[in-house]
Amino acid sequence: MAAIARAWSWFWLNPWVRTATRPPVTLSLAFLTLGGFVAGVLFWGGFNTVLEHTNTEAFCTSCHEMKTNVFEELKGTIHYANRSGVRATCPDCHVPHQWTDKIARKMQASKEVWGHLFGSIDTRDKFLDLRRHLAEHEWARMKANDSLECRNCHSAQSMDVSKQNPRAAAAHEKDLFTGQKTCIDCHKGIAHKLPNMQGVPGWQ
Amino acid sequence: MRRLLLSACAGATCLVAGALFAQEAPRLTGPEPFTKETPAPPMQRQVTDDVRRKRNYPDQPPLIPHAIEGYALDLNANKCLACHARKFTEQSQAPMISVTHYQDREGNTLGGVSPRRYSCLACHVPQTAAKPLVPNTFVDMDALVEREPRGR
Repeated sequence: MAAIARAWSWFWLNPWVRTATRPPVTLSLAFLTLGGFVAGVLFWGGFNTVLEHTNTEAFCTSCHEMKTNVFEELKGTIHYANRSGVRATCPDCHVPHQWTDKIARKMQASKEVWGHLFGSIDTRDKFLDLRRHLAEHEWARMKANDSLECRNCHSAQSMDVSKQNPRAAAAHEKDLFTGQKTCIDCHKGIAHKLPNMQGVPGWQ
Repeated sequence: MRRLLLSACAGATCLVAGALFAQEAPRLTGPEPFTKETPAPPMQRQVTDDVRRKRNYPDQPPLIPHAIEGYALDLNANKCLACHARKFTEQSQAPMISVTHYQDREGNTLGGVSPRRYSCLACHVPQTAAKPLVPNTFVDMDALVEREPRGR
């Protein structure tokens, strides 16, 4: 009890706290409110600029783990090169576009910074050893949000099955339009190479 | 002496005949001279209509009538088997891989796909609309049989 009282008085008697809790003596109310507003704009603008910078392919591939492994694999796939020239960059599929979801994902991604600093996948062998584990994270995330990142571009409403080949049309009509399955259930490994798929449902 | 002359004549005839026939055959080994660079021919469109093709002879590996671009086929994963393996054929409605693929080379039935049959694309290939470089005179066995007069 005495310790709490001591900590309490230490906090309130701290000169910084005393200054912060006293009313301003020389600064006007207008300066403080307008200044606070401008500072808020600067902070928010800066925060979003940095956030958007971390949401670019150039930022993702500035780490060699991404550049030499997964980005190289992406280059051979239809999400990188195709007839119409529309392409997906890393964050299009791996970061939610909605703000709150994006912040949540960014906080989870702080572990990737840890992994980079401590070299958890800094060689090809380490990466291959962890690939199944890493892929399972992404599959689980996409399964949980009903393949939201796929659907940001591929909407079921706009999908004209008459333009698909019969095999794809039948599968989409049976599983996708009825909501029985979500994109990632079948379309695994479309942008990167697959890990060992032993025991993954639907794979031999 | 006469024998030697005869064999020289025969050799010369063969060489001349070979040279004449060789001029008829289409060139398959690139431009003339071979150091000249020529643009690559355009990629051909794949046949992706999902219509099964007739086999040219009974033990021909069936052709793949659909696109396989981006399908994994390595030690980690085999996308072909995700539809054509026995246990997935009901949901995929794809033809099951032949029963021989579940047997070892002695004919013993195995629990799963035989490892020697795992590499699907070693035998089964997709087709493109490309014109053959040389004419193909292959005649189907049935066509040969039909030509024979019946009731002999």
